[in-house]
Order: sequence, then structure tokens, then C-alpha cells
Amino acid sequence: MHIVVCVKQVPDTKIIKINPKTNTLDRRSAPAILNPYDAHAVQAAVKIREETGGMISVLSMGPPQAVAIIKKSIEIGADRGYLISDRAFAGADTLATSYALSKALQKIANEEPIDLVICGKHAIDGDTGQVGPGIARRLDIPPITNVIEVSEVNKAEKTVLIKRKQISGYELIQTQLPCLLTVEKEINSILYSPLPNMLRAARYEPVIWAVSDLGEVDKTQLGLKGSPTIVGKMFTPPKLEGGKKLEGSSDEQVSQLMDILMERKDLLKLKETSTAN
Amino acid sequence: MPEKFDVIVVGAGPAGTSCAYTCAKSGLNVLLIERGEYPGSKNVMGGVLYRKQMEEIIPEFWKEAPLERPVIEQRFWMMDKESVVSFGYKGLEWGMEPYNNFTVLRAHFDQWFARKAVEAGALLINETVVLECLVENGKVIGVRTDRPDGDILADVVVLADGVNSLLSKQLGFHKEFRPDEVALTVMEVVNLPKDKINDRFNLEENQGCTIEIFGDSTKGNLGTAFLYTNKESLNIGVGTTLSSMIKAKLKPYDLLDYLKTHPMIKPYLEGGESAEYLAHLIPEGGYRSVPRVAGNGVLVVGDAAQLVNAIHREGSNMAMSSGKMAAEAVIEAKQANDFSESSLNRYKDALYGSFIMKDLEKYKDAAHVFEKYPQYLRDYVPMMNRAASKFFTVDGTPKRDKQKEIMRNMTSERGKFGMLQDIYRAWKAVK
Amino acid sequence: MMEEYRGVWVFIEENDGAIEGVSLELLGAGRKLAEKLEVPLSGILLGHEVTKLAKEVISYGADKVYVIDNPVLKDYRTESYMKGVIKLAETYKPEIFLYGATPNGKDLASAVATDLSTGLTADTTMLDVDIDKRLLEASRPAFGGNIMATILCKKHRPQMATVRPKVMKALEPDSNRQGSIIEETLNLKEEDMRTKVLKIVKELTKKTNLAEAHVIVCGGKGLGDIHGFQLIHEFADTIGASVGGTRDVVEAGWLPHEFQVGQTGETVTPKIYFAIGISGAIQHVVGMKNSELIIAINKDPGAPIFEVATYGIVGDALEILPKLIQQFKEMKTEKGGEISYA
Ligand SMILES: Cc1cc2nc3c(=O)[nH]c(=O)nc-3n(C[C@H](O)[C@H](O)[C@H](O)COP(=O)(O)OP(=O)(O)OC[C@H]3O[C@@H](n4cnc5c(N)ncnc54)[C@H](O)[C@@H]3O)c2cc1C
Ligand SMILES: Cc1cc2nc3c(=O)[nH]c(=O)nc-3n(C[C@H](O)[C@H](O)[C@H](O)COP(=O)(O)OP(=O)(O)OC[C@H]3O[C@@H](n4cnc5c(N)ncnc54)[C@H](O)[C@@H]3O)c2cc1C
Ligand SMILES: Nc1ncnc2c1ncn2[C@@H]1O[C@H](COP(=O)(O)O)[C@@H](O)[C@H]1O
Repeated sequence: MHIVVCVKQVPDTKIIKINPKTNTLDRRSAPAILNPYDAHAVQAAVKIREETGGMISVLSMGPPQAVAIIKKSIEIGADRGYLISDRAFAGADTLATSYALSKALQKIANEEPIDLVICGKHAIDGDTGQVGPGIARRLDIPPITNVIEVSEVNKAEKTVLIKRKQISGYELIQTQLPCLLTVEKEINSILYSPLPNMLRAARYEPVIWAVSDLGEVDKTQLGLKGSPTIVGKMFTPPKLEGGKKLEGSSDEQVSQLMDILMERKDLLKLKETSTAN
Repeated sequence: MPEKFDVIVVGAGPAGTSCAYTCAKSGLNVLLIERGEYPGSKNVMGGVLYRKQMEEIIPEFWKEAPLERPVIEQRFWMMDKESVVSFGYKGLEWGMEPYNNFTVLRAHFDQWFARKAVEAGALLINETVVLECLVENGKVIGVRTDRPDGDILADVVVLADGVNSLLSKQLGFHKEFRPDEVALTVMEVVNLPKDKINDRFNLEENQGCTIEIFGDSTKGNLGTAFLYTNKESLNIGVGTTLSSMIKAKLKPYDLLDYLKTHPMIKPYLEGGESAEYLAHLIPEGGYRSVPRVAGNGVLVVGDAAQLVNAIHREGSNMAMSSGKMAAEAVIEAKQANDFSESSLNRYKDALYGSFIMKDLEKYKDAAHVFEKYPQYLRDYVPMMNRAASKFFTVDGTPKRDKQKEIMRNMTSERGKFGMLQDIYRAWKAVK
Repeated sequence: MMEEYRGVWVFIEENDGAIEGVSLELLGAGRKLAEKLEVPLSGILLGHEVTKLAKEVISYGADKVYVIDNPVLKDYRTESYMKGVIKLAETYKPEIFLYGATPNGKDLASAVATDLSTGLTADTTMLDVDIDKRLLEASRPAFGGNIMATILCKKHRPQMATVRPKVMKALEPDSNRQGSIIEETLNLKEEDMRTKVLKIVKELTKKTNLAEAHVIVCGGKGLGDIHGFQLIHEFADTIGASVGGTRDVVEAGWLPHEFQVGQTGETVTPKIYFAIGISGAIQHVVGMKNSELIIAINKDPGAPIFEVATYGIVGDALEILPKLIQQFKEMKTEKGGEISYA
């Protein structure tokens, strides 16, 4: 089994700050991390490898600093890492991203055929979840999104059994290898990496490719040029007006509120189940 | 079979990183283990980095290290409730090479420094806690981390795990602190636009100022407060020994709040946005509290060895120098292939022969004196403020009469003999 | 070229013979766009034995419904649905194409956008259109919701977007509305499918309860600790409401994740929403601001939650809640009544 996991470096939105004057991201405030969903994707690959054997590669498109998240993936248990990094990739939307990643995947597949691609459900910066299915279309393999469990991988039959999250509940899906999965956080919890992985990661140096390393590439489909969507404007969400403040002591406030609620017969009724007899 | 290194350094603070850097530079196989998310992520320091000792490790570091501002002015404040007596020194030569010292934010500085160690060849792993030293036949042979398959071996383990140093306590080098041996310090990083900082502190681009504040900053208890300028933020903090905190029933957070709203300080912080809040211990025991620093296969450096000069707030420089000295001892031990205590005692000798132990010895009674005789901060600071107020208030009284009155007031408050005694005691402690 | 593309489309998601709420909401939103652009609004309905739903699609605002009814389309699968949708889009060329941001809607839209080589905006919460340029302005929260970004797709058609459930409003259905139903076929065989849906398991978790609750009592960090938070449970019990919490509350372990309201939790639209001890961070507010009546209790008069609240009480929740609970309890015993919600 050769599993490739696509991993993205993202700013930690938990600590992110927006400059209120310019409406731009205050980069200083946001350390770059491995997209949390992608960490789960790598962990899912590790679990599959435990059962089927084989190898896990991770692939990222990003600036040279993204080496850090490839190392992080090695900590979790990946065997190899590839970073595609080039000015020509900059400014890519999901369409251009899936194009570039699919080109890199083809190159990786030439070295070692790929049986399974795993992505995160979405990246917490863009929040789109569109890159995974996009890659699958370009490679013409089935995409299965919102995966919460990989129940069975049958190497011989080249099939997988998957639980996919639905609006309410889940569905059990069987599909063929190779395919592409995008995983939810529920699929696993990230294990505490063993020390030997840490040492391996600290020493590891990923393969870095520029556009010119990817073979035949249509440059008009890359980066800003290859992106049909653009950000028109950024704005802080419109402030709402706010309603009435109830004044007075807490007793007065409570009784005013009770009056208001009792008034709203359209929302709330008091069923007069008579207890008198 | 666990992997084996020449040296394992525990803790990527200034002490550990200096040691790892120096060892790696000379070609040793070094593993640096840090428990934080990255070096400096949780590290706390008022923020003055001394040029001299850092330069001995990385020459001309100021050309690339993430420093905040070179310090060109140092002020000392004797602060009362509504007044302050201040003195200090400002010199433009401190703003030029080779500089005197700098303000830094540890989260940035430690990361950069650790990267230098990695570039020199050290292996760094983060988010890994060393639980204990592995000991075999009385010799430390490695460490056990909190990770699965977490044992790892080395000829020498260097403990640079900071003030609490659980690891040297486990080895019996250390005992638990007495409350008068450590200070609890809390500090905040307050974001403020550059222009505001420059205006308020009377600075220009790339000039920094430090203010050490005594007296009412700790409500008269043994300790100090500080206010330092970074590029676009201020570091404000206050600490007192644990013992005074207990005695005076102080809560560190309350003390910091008190300081931030003090009328002498508030105007500096006005409009700032609190960015980070940190609390940390500082070893203040000085000379008498320095533990055993070398054993079979093990060395102790930096705060873990309690190497802090509390009076001058020097710690990071001692940490770095001790780390470097430990590295040099390890390098020699490696050449001799002898990692016994007697071989590693080279480090102890170097340490005791250096400025570190000499300085610590010089001040060995200071904290003790100030702790025992609280009048220094509690009584004399207000007294000085009253005296200064009297002296500088223009009310038609001849200056000679004023001086007389000031002396009269002072001696009546503390008694002539008591005051002389105090002055002598203080002089002896820091002489 | 781009002029060939006309009309606004909405993908109609069907589950178990019923149309998903978000599709109806999108018909409402799509109607407005279509009227501004003076073009018809169409629903795109795929599935097996779904033609009967076409009338309902029209009653919610569509002028046309394109239907592909095929046994292979019984359960949603990317490969089959994608083929159908792409065929329709290539034949009839819409300028705007909206999907619900549900698991299936997002999956389908992503695949379709790749094959049509067009732009797709994810998780939109505001839709508008520049009439002169016939440009869809799809706005969505970015960077963790602190800010909104308007995404445009200037040179490619159709302009596609997925839209979050419960942020748009469906129209009142009108069974007298007229519209046309266009049936198309798709040459698909089950044998050609690489993917099989073996089983669909419905799990009605508490989560779905929250999304459908009529009254929610939601508590924040302002309750102080897990004991203080008991008052939220008690109040909710007293008035028969569901309990919710902010992310900070969930992270503190006072409530399991499925009770979280907000951007990374549930979007809720109850009749009455109590926000108690909640600051009103944007990520929380996006998940509850469409509630009908919002009552906020917060100590801090400057808390942003008051900007969305219909009624605000500035005060200590720990003091006010027990009184409120008392009042309701008294009312129940006095009147012997039970509270019910319309
Ligand atoms: C508020 C405050 C203000 C100060 N101001 C100044 C000043 O202005 N100038 C100055 O020179 N000094 C100052 N000091 C002192 C200075 O910060 C210390 O002396 C210096 O940081 C000591 O360096 P160190 O490397 O020994 O320890 P530390 O910097 O504490 O580093 C120890 C490292 O070890 C790691 N660690 C600990 N245990 C483990 C473990 N078991 N496993 C793995 N990793 C571990 C920690 O995460 C940490 O990174 C100040 C201290 C404080 C608290
Ligand atoms: C990417 C991202 C996604 C997020 N997703 C979500 C999400 O889905 N849902 C969510 O809720 N949050 C989310 N958040 C977190 C959100 O930004 C806020 O941090 C969170 O909502 C705050 O929770 P809180 O209001 O309970 O706590 P706080 O912000 O701490 O507010 C507590 C409030 O209680 C008031 N108070 C204190 N004591 C009392 C008292 N005795 N009586 C009355 N009032 C009192 C205080 O004045 C204060 O306003 C997200 C953040 C990010 C960055
Ligand atoms: N630049 C990238 N490099 C590698 N993988 C990516 C990149 N962008 C997106 N992905 C993958 O696609 C998933 C969904 O991302 P998104 O569509 O941006 O939300 C992520 O979880 C990653 O697995």
C-alpha cells in the first residue's frame, strides 16, 4: 500500500488577529501549524499502514517554511515528505491548488504507484473542503468526503469500506482503490508520537520540487493566473443594532422579562391544565 | 535498543541552548530536548539580555538575532505612593556597536538561538518532557522522556531545566526551596504603538529604556518591579520573595494590578493592550543556594544551578556562560573518554573561577539582609521621597535650613543610630 | 461566450423522499438574485422517484425544475450525481449555481467545479449580485470568522457557491405557482459505478435536537464554573428548553461538543434563545443570530452580545437565574400550567 496524505500549513486561527484598520491578517499573531484535519489524515494513514503494511508519503504545497509541517507529519508516522514550492504556485485558489497537487501526485506515482490519497476535511484557513474532491476528479479516482471511519482495507480485492458522515447519521460505502478520502476529526485521536519518530522527524529533510521539476505542467492553470475566484473585498461583519435593555434592580429586571415572555403568545403558551376540581 | 548521543541537554533556555550550540560546534552528537511547543514558548524574562556573554558564544549576534531595542538608558526609581525619586544613566554610546545590552522577547529570542544550535548540528526535539535521568551504577547514562519508547542514552546529560529543576532534585543535588530562596514574579507584555513608546520614554528609533522600581512597587516588600521597552510593546512585571509574599499575604496578580494602576506608572501604559501574561520563579538564594553542579555523567547549568544575581537581575548571562563552560568540560571529557564526576568537575572549577561565582559570592548576604530588615524598602524609600519633595519645593526657606530639617526628620523617624546601622549593614552586604 | 450563460440554479438535495431545508432556503435566496438579473430560477433535482417533488420546488419559488430520475441515482454518489449535473450545466448553461453547504452539497459542488473549470465559493453566508457586471458577490467568514470576505468569479461561468444552512430564508410555499418541469435522462449503469452505498444509518443524536429546538438556554464562561453552569441546566429543565454552550464552555469540559453553538458548532434558529454569561464573540453569534427572540444576560454592559439581543439584562447571571427559575416554578404551580411553545 502506498498512501499519500496531502497536508497544508495554516495559520492557527485560534490565536489569529485581524488588523481592524486594514482588515488584513496580522501574520505576527498567528503561528503556522499543521492543519488539524490533516494531522488526523496522517494518523489515519498510520493506522491503515499498521494493518496493510506499505508506505506513507505526505505532500504539501506551500512556502519553504512548510517543511515544518512535513516534519510534524513524520513525527506522527509518515515515511516520506514532498514539498512543492515555487512562486508560480502563489495565490492559488482551490482549483489551481488541486491542479498543482495532482501534478505532484502524478510524479510521486511514477516513482511508486499510489493506492490511496487522504486529505483533511478542510483547511482551517480557507475552510473550503474543495481541494480533496478536486484532486480526485483530476486523477479520476472516486472521492469520499467526510470520512469518520475506514472500516476495512482489502489489499487483494483493492476495495475499502468506509463510514461517511451524513447530515444525520452516517452511510457505509464501499469503493475501489485507488480512491481519495477526506477525513473528519472524529476518525481518530492524534496519538502522542513515540520518541524514535521525533528523532527521525528532527533529522528528516523532505524532497522539495519547483514547477520545473513537475514535468509537463500548464502554467496558466497555476497560482493566481489559474484561479477563477478572487477576493473582492474584506469587511468586518455588519454590526447589529441591539434591542432594548431592561433596567432596574434584578427583581425588576426579572419581572419585566416575565411580562415580555408572557406577552409573546406567538412563541410561548401557558397550557392552563386546570388543577381545580 | 535506544539511540545513544554524546550529550543530551535538557531544556532549551539560554543555558541549555548555549551548551548544545557549543558542543555541536565542536562536532559532538547533541540532542536538545525541550518540553515547550518550541523553545521560548513559555519562557519568561523581564527582558534584558547582556551583550557580553552572548557575544562570547555568537560573535556579533546583534546583526541577526531578533532583539527588541538596545538599551541606552537605565533608570532606577525609588517610588512612594504619589511620588518618585529617580536617578539613572542615558548614553548614546550604548546605542552603537558593540552595545551594552538589549531588551528581548524570549519567545522570539530562544527560538532563534535554538535554530542556531540546530544549524550548528544539534538535534532539537520539542514538546517532549524529560521525566527522569536514567542511572546505572551511580552514573547517569541517559534520560527517560514522557513519549512511547522514550528512553535515550548519552555519555553526559546536562540539566538546563530551569529554576525548579526537578531532575537535579531527583538526583539529590537539590533540595526543595525555602520560601526566601525564590522570588515569584509575574509580568505582562503590553502592546503599544512604537510612536507612543518613543514619546513616553523620550526615545528615538531603536533606542530602549529600562526602569527598575523599588519601594511602593512591591508595597514595601522585598522585591522589585520593572518596566522595559520593546519595539512595540512594554514588559511590566513585579516579584517578591515567596517568603515576603506569604508574610504580607500578597497575591502576585494583585500586586501587578496595583503596579499597573499606580499613578506614577499608569500614564506609561495608557491605551496599551495586554498581550501576554506570565508568571515564573527566580532563584534568589544566591551563592549559598548553589547546589552540586557535577556528578557522574551529569552537569547542572543556568537557573537549575540557581545561578542568578538577584540584585542586578542578571540570570540569562550566567545561564549562557555556565552552559558554555559545561560544554567545554564535556568536550574535554569526550577527548579523555572519561565522564566521571572528577573529570566533569572541570566545569565546577571553571564556574567557581568565573565572574558568576565571584559575583554571587559578593552579594551572598544581600538578599538575606534586605529580607531580615524590611525597613530598607518599606521606610527609606518613602523617607527619600519626602526629603526630595521638601528639598525641591520652592517656598522661601533657605536650602541650608531645609537640609537640616530633612536630616532632623529622618533621624527622628528611624533614630540616628538605627540609621547608621542600616547604612553599614547595607554597605557590607553589597560591598 | 460568457453571455451564453443565463439563469440562476439551485441544486435540490433530496434525502429519504424529502427536500433538505437548505435547498428550500436557497430557492428563497436564488429567487431574489434571479429577479435582480431578470432571469428564471431553476431547481436541479436528481434521484430516484423524485419527479413528484418537482411541484414542491416550484411552490418554493422555482420557475423551472430540471429532473433526472434514474435508479442509479437512488443514493448520493459523487460520480453519478456529478455526471448528471455536469450534463445539465453544459446543456443549459446557468450563470449562477448554488448548493447547500451540506456534506453532499459540498462534495458535489467541488467535483463539478473542477470538471467545469470554474470558481466555487465555499460556505457562503451572504449573497448578492452586481447587476451591471452580472457578478455574484458571495461573502463568507474568513480566518476563523473574524472577518468577511467577498469572493468573485469574474471570467468563468457558472459562478458557483455553497451556502450554509439556516442563514437564508425560504419563501412561504405557494402551491399555485406555475413552473415548468424538464425531464432529462442520463445513460448510467450500476455496473459502471466504482462506489457502492451499502447502508444508510440514521442517528438522531442530541445534536439534531439542538438544531431543531424551539427554546435554547445557552450558557457561557460567565457562569464561572461547572457548578455555576448547573443553573443553566436547571433553568432549561424548568422551562423545557434545550441546553447549549459556547466553545469556551465546551473546551472547559462543562458540556460535550455536540452542545456547542456557533461557527464550529451548531447553527441554531430557535424561537427563543437565552444567551447567559456569553460575551457574544462573532464565532458564537453567527450560529445563533437568526433566532427569533434573543434574551441576553451579561454583567458587562459593553458585551457585544447585547448588539444581537432583542432584550438585554445587564446583571449577574448567578443572581438573576435563580430568580427567573423561581418565577417560572411559581407560575407553574400557581396556574397549574405547563409551558408549551407555539
Ligand atoms: C520575571 C523575570 C525577569 C527576569 N529578568 C531578567 C533579565 O532582565 N535579564 C536576565 O539576564 N535575566 C532575567 N531573569 C532570569 C532569566 O530569565 C533566567 O536566569 C534564565 O532564563 C535562565 O535560563 P535557563 O536556560 O537556565 O532556564 P530557563 O530559561 O528557565 O529554561 C529552561 C528550559 O527547560 C525546559 N524544561 C524544563 N524542564 C524540562 C523537562 N523536564 N524536560 C524538557 N524541558 C524542560 C523549559 O521549558 C525551558 O525552556 C528574569 C527572570 C524572570 C522570571
Ligand atoms: C476559529 C474559531 C471558531 C470558533 N467557534 C466557536 C463556536 O462555534 N462557538 C462559540 O461559542 N465560540 C467559538 N469560538 C470562540 C469565540 O471566539 C469565543 O472565544 C467564545 O464564544 C467565548 O465564549 P464565552 O462567551 O462563553 O466566554 P467569554 O468570552 O469569556 O465571555 C464570558 C462573558 O460572561 C460575562 N460574565 C462574567 N460573569 C458573569 C456573571 N456572573 N453574570 C453574567 N455575565 C457574566 C462576561 O462579562 C463576559 O462577557 C471560536 C473561535 C475561533 C477562533
Ligand atoms: N497547499 C496545500 N498543500 C497540500 N494539501 C492541501 C493544500 N491545500 C489543501 N490541501 C488539502 O486539501 C484539504 C482541504 O483543503 P481546503 O479545500 O483548502 O479546505 C486539506 O485538508 C489538505 O489535505
